[in-house]
Amino acid sequence: MKYVSSLREMSQALADGEVSSAELTQDHLARIKEVDPQLNSFITLTEEEAMAQASAADALRSQGDRRPTLGLPIAHKDIFCTKGILTTAGSKMLGNFVAPYDATVVTKMADAGMVSIGKTNMDEFAMGSSNENSYFGPVANPWDTDRVPGGSSGGSAAAVAGGLVAGATGTDTGGSIRQPAALCGITGLKPTYGRVSRFGMIAFASSLDHAGPMARSAEDAALMLSVMAGFDPRDSTSAKRDDAWLADMLHSGIAEPERPMVIGLPDQYYENSSNQESVTAARQELEKLGHTFKRVSLPHTDAATPVYYVLASAEASTNLSRYDGVRYGHRCENPTSLQDLYERSREEGFGDEVKLRILTGTYTLSVGYFDAYYLKAQKIRRLITQDFDNAFAEVDLLLTPTSPTPAFRKGQLTDDPVAMYQQDLYTVPTSLAGLPAMSLPCGFSQGMPMGMQLIAPAFREDLALGLAAQFQRHTDWHLKRPGEIN
Amino acid sequence: MSWEAVIGLEIHVQLATRSKIFSGASIAYGAAPNAQACNIDLGLPGVLPVLNERAVEMAVRFGLAIGAQINLHSIFDRKNYFYADLPKGYQISQFETPIVGQGSITITPESGSPRTVGITRAHLEEDAGKSIHDLYSGQTAIDLNRAGTPLLEIVSEPDMRTAQEASAYFRQIHTLARYIGICDGNLAEGSMRCDANVSVRPTGQAEFGERTEIKNINSFRFVEQAIEHEIARQIDVLESGGTIHRETRLYDPDKDETRSMRSKELSNDYRYFPDPDLMPLNISEEFVSRVRDTLPELPDARCRRYCDDLGLPAGDAEYISSDIDRANYFDQTVSAGASAKQAANWMMGELSAYLNRHGTNIADSPVTPSQMAQLIQRIDDATLSSKTAKTLFDALWEAGADNSAVTEVDALIDSLNLAQVSDDGALTQIIDDLITANPKQFEELRGGKNKMLGFFVGQVMKATQGKANPQQVNEIIRSKL
Repeated sequence: MKYVSSLREMSQALADGEVSSAELTQDHLARIKEVDPQLNSFITLTEEEAMAQASAADALRSQGDRRPTLGLPIAHKDIFCTKGILTTAGSKMLGNFVAPYDATVVTKMADAGMVSIGKTNMDEFAMGSSNENSYFGPVANPWDTDRVPGGSSGGSAAAVAGGLVAGATGTDTGGSIRQPAALCGITGLKPTYGRVSRFGMIAFASSLDHAGPMARSAEDAALMLSVMAGFDPRDSTSAKRDDAWLADMLHSGIAEPERPMVIGLPDQYYENSSNQESVTAARQELEKLGHTFKRVSLPHTDAATPVYYVLASAEASTNLSRYDGVRYGHRCENPTSLQDLYERSREEGFGDEVKLRILTGTYTLSVGYFDAYYLKAQKIRRLITQDFDNAFAEVDLLLTPTSPTPAFRKGQLTDDPVAMYQQDLYTVPTSLAGLPAMSLPCGFSQGMPMGMQLIAPAFREDLALGLAAQFQRHTDWHLKRPGEIN
Repeated sequence: MSWEAVIGLEIHVQLATRSKIFSGASIAYGAAPNAQACNIDLGLPGVLPVLNERAVEMAVRFGLAIGAQINLHSIFDRKNYFYADLPKGYQISQFETPIVGQGSITITPESGSPRTVGITRAHLEEDAGKSIHDLYSGQTAIDLNRAGTPLLEIVSEPDMRTAQEASAYFRQIHTLARYIGICDGNLAEGSMRCDANVSVRPTGQAEFGERTEIKNINSFRFVEQAIEHEIARQIDVLESGGTIHRETRLYDPDKDETRSMRSKELSNDYRYFPDPDLMPLNISEEFVSRVRDTLPELPDARCRRYCDDLGLPAGDAEYISSDIDRANYFDQTVSAGASAKQAANWMMGELSAYLNRHGTNIADSPVTPSQMAQLIQRIDDATLSSKTAKTLFDALWEAGADNSAVTEVDALIDSLNLAQVSDDGALTQIIDDLITANPKQFEELRGGKNKMLGFFVGQVMKATQGKANPQQVNEIIRSKL
């Protein structure tokens, strides 16, 4: 292997005996060491553990284990707890935190024989859209290292786009898988809320946090999803589902759509986007494949971003209360009292964006503001969900741009939080509704990749993946590689 | 001016589940510090709570036992505040929608007549850990074994008017919680604690006065003392022209006083909101009715049955029904064939004395209900006198406590030679011998000096080591006259 190819290709190469998992893993590690100084996409490389996992996978294979996932190297966003390995959530607060247990997602992927090569960089506690909020430094976009990769799963997106790893886990609270996937030209899926366990995933906003795959293609994303998905008795919000297509996708790949899809185009998503051209081109491609389009309306879309920031910040403000310097994580020097311990540990341990959200969230949950902000936001959240229900009575899927702009320059939006928050305009409504949504590459703007978003009804990731895979069989946007770092 | 107190209690009942309310860690008492705090109890990054179904069942049991409305839909909220022994920085509790709605309970204060106390609500929540300030100088030790222990917080209406009533209410909740098996009732280990809200008002005034809250009282005696003291303090303040401020106070049993802990005006805004890590708790009517089917006969019903069906005096019936283990012992003794009145007498007399002396719980009594029933039957059929019955009881106690081989009642009566001598021939022989040896006394008896009958009966008892049937002895002596 010259360098990292797709998960499916590597799976085939392993099955054909062309390469061993140990060799693949070494290739990955070498590639990361060569390229990552330009990208900063990894916080921790777990070389030793990865080689041990790879050898174990090779041993299993020699005993006849033919699972398609066996021996495939992947990376985890540093928001998933990994036993015995530094788990930082991109924060100084957890700069010294070695998790004593594995997240369910980590366990599932290890059990499937996948090799975890390291932990990817991210915005602190997943709060950000540019990966500039990491305590471990910003991540560069492989297409243009002066530009951001998007966030908060920017490390995973950059690592996949740069060919450092073929698949990485991400998390998406308001767009943190889809927006960086779009900005880096890869395929990312935020599954239905409850599809993938949150146990061991460091919480930002519990009712909005989703774990999902980031990969080169819909096929690879489906492969990862089939491993990550499943009911977890340790997560009370996890869904008991028995969808046969998950296993089918793992073993046979993604099937062609059974029939032409009726695809909805929500008016509200096409009003202010500079991303129209590439999505329009993709639409023509999909029409050629026999699918039809229909305009739909999602009237509460405008309210989604403010509602999201109220709810996400409210939940975050209390989810982050546990970081108090008492039991683990950053602790200030020589505290003079309990109050002092809290104040200085948190002052020193959290970055500005995190503090901003804790303050906002604390405010909106306070007596006298709770009804006006939190409760009202919950009501609008229900209306937004209702909008989608109404749309899906008429169409199979929705097609929208993923983000309003291509990747912007580092520092370009750091002083303009509202413009930064606008990055999530098209991704936040589905987060609030808990619906599956994926971003896949569909063209370029200013030389940077652009993404389109497919939104499906709850637990119908198969519809989005089916259409995405078909699109990718007929186009090559997802095969484009950044030249600069190769 | 005369004053009337208004009292309401919030009682925290530690539920007798095996594991914590949101994790699988054990709640057994007495483990090494932090040995029973798992990743979830420690509030590690990424962990999530999963509700213990047994805790829900116990809350429903309590609700049914007080005739309360069971809310089929309830919600867990986060109560946010920072404290070193609160690992997550919030406590998971139920704020706006508790699992148990309004109910009531009847109390009988030591002086005064029975009355009904309203219960506003009862909700599930998790306990915090423990801060230990006196273990290391200048440092606080944190033990999180208790963190996540399931609690049912029972909130009463302000229906009590005296410290005695408050104490009786606390006792009644304690009795009930043990009856329905939701709490081990061990006050010394903190299994039940209460906060008392106390105010006073001039007698006859309708509005309540400003109240104070006395925190964390963990014994029946202290509840009474603390409230007694707080009532007196408030009256003192008001009579000397002062005003009562809403505040939290702490009772110090050593000094018998309450002192201010923190003022309520400075209290936290807890920023309650529904915990997004837990789904709303929905329970079915079927679940509730299944729980209802497993409820035991409750104390009030038992007490009534003891009076009405078994003819026990009210005092005895109340004493026996006030503790589930005692009531069970009684029921088992009676159903093994003892008369109810005798069973009650023995339980309140000899058994209770032995249990107290040995510090033994009645559930662990070495003398079993079936032994007790046989013992009582042997008194009824005149095999035992009241004196030999006591000897037998002592022997049964020792045998049971030692796990000795012989615990069979009749075998013990034989081997200890405790049966009354009812053999006419043997008794006649003894009496004839006594008449021969004491001719003067016999003549006096014959002459009508009835006191001498006692002398002869006494002598027969002495000769038989108390085993002669006194009635039979009387008859034989009279036949000689």
